[in-house]
Amino acid sequence: MKYRSVFDIIGPVMIGPSSSHTAGAARIGRVARTLFGRQPEWARVHLYGSFAETYKGHGTDVAIIGGLLDYDTFDERIKSAFADAEKLGMTFEFIPEEEEAVHPNTARLVIGDSEGVMELTGISIGGGTMEVVELNGFPLRLSGHYPALLIVHNDRSGVIASVSNAIAKLNINIAHMEVDRKEKGEMALMVIEVDQMIDAALINELESLPNVTQVSTLAN
Amino acid sequence: MDVLFSNVKELVALAESQNKPISEIMIEQEILITKRTREEIIAQMDNNLTVMEKAVERGLQGVHSASGLTGGDAVLIQKYMASGKSLCGDVVMDAVSKAVATNEVNAAMGTICATPTAGAAGIVPGTLFAVKNKLNPTREQMINYLFTSGAFGFVVANNASISGAAGGCQAETGSAGSMAAAAIVEMAGGTPQQSAEAFSIVMKNMLGLVCDPVAGLVEVPCVKRNAMGAAKALVGADMALAGVVSRIPTDEVIEAMHKIGKSMPSALRETAKGGLAATPTGKALEAKIFGKDKVDSDTVNS
Repeated sequence: MKYRSVFDIIGPVMIGPSSSHTAGAARIGRVARTLFGRQPEWARVHLYGSFAETYKGHGTDVAIIGGLLDYDTFDERIKSAFADAEKLGMTFEFIPEEEEAVHPNTARLVIGDSEGVMELTGISIGGGTMEVVELNGFPLRLSGHYPALLIVHNDRSGVIASVSNAIAKLNINIAHMEVDRKEKGEMALMVIEVDQMIDAALINELESLPNVTQVSTLAN
Repeated sequence: MDVLFSNVKELVALAESQNKPISEIMIEQEILITKRTREEIIAQMDNNLTVMEKAVERGLQGVHSASGLTGGDAVLIQKYMASGKSLCGDVVMDAVSKAVATNEVNAAMGTICATPTAGAAGIVPGTLFAVKNKLNPTREQMINYLFTSGAFGFVVANNASISGAAGGCQAETGSAGSMAAAAIVEMAGGTPQQSAEAFSIVMKNMLGLVCDPVAGLVEVPCVKRNAMGAAKALVGADMALAGVVSRIPTDEVIEAMHKIGKSMPSALRETAKGGLAATPTGKALEAKIFGKDKVDSDTVNS
């Protein structure tokens, strides 16, 4: 079920003009910012399909930058996102792509700073609702409907069990879980959507587990 | 995930068997899915209603978009109504003007509530605030109007699409007009089945509508499609309340919309490459607004 709440339909409250090209784009930017965990210093944004053709008219570009600055869909500051980014010293570039993407409204964000780089592909599926479909080369499906944990780990036996045990100990229920890896025995990614809020104690515990290299969270 | 309804047939059957309005079924499903309290859910919808009211008020004062393509029509229509010359009556023209007002605010990058999208955001509030003057609803009934609209939109979004880029304008103003028709019926005292009939009657008249925004802006023809969407919603609701039924069941109409959307060429799905966007005037407006470098790589501050 792509749309879960009545407020996906009657909502979001947002700055115009387009729910998919402005609000959905802002949400893709904001999820990228949250998963990156800090303000990126630079951003390279590849746009596909309708995003590539109409991004200027719809304010898709300012909305994505607004999202990277952690602005919500209804935040009036979206309109001044370019100037705000400049003040923070964040550089950015938009690249409209010719090739067809899986969804007509697709954005691939490559963001980074001196400490790291992250690549995220998001699709805006209509009415301001979006999904993350790829993170650092891993295909996934993340709606942002539920609080989520994204755990980068080494592909070793027992890691999934130790992560799920740590979650279960806190009486947190797993709503959805995906595991994928690059090559056998190499880097793997777990995406776990849960029903309850994720607190700092759980994140600390997960980070201390053997073979876990990085933990990011997405609040509902 | 447990849901109370996944199509219109189940939604109507549930409302009729439990003798509840569709709005109530939507509220109960929201409580079930999100685990939030009824009070929280109603307070959020109340807030969305306030956003809609403010957008209509602002639009009726007259706003203009940065491109200059849209603005001021809501004011023109209200003045015309005040002259007493309106042919199709004040409720229809009031709804039209308030739908236009909302979309003029949207085009000017103002604050609106998407219903179900920003490009179609005028129709649900436009009809609501026009019907309000005729039916004198309570605040609670106005909030329920939004839940009923949302219930039908929920089915369309999950079983078809509410995205112009995926399904054309039929998925946006088509969905909004049909959702509004269903909500008008409930507010006017019709049955859940009559809401479904009103939805079908309007959606059948939206099928095939393409998304062809001039210069890629949510302005031309979007604002006027909201105007007509509001008018169709009122006519469809009146027809259903009169006892007219759709020969094709609502869920099959939604499925037809989905399939038509899938077979639409990409030029007619929000790429600004076909339809009105590709007319000589549409192209000239695009060139005037963006200049010729529009599709070139755009590098800012890097």
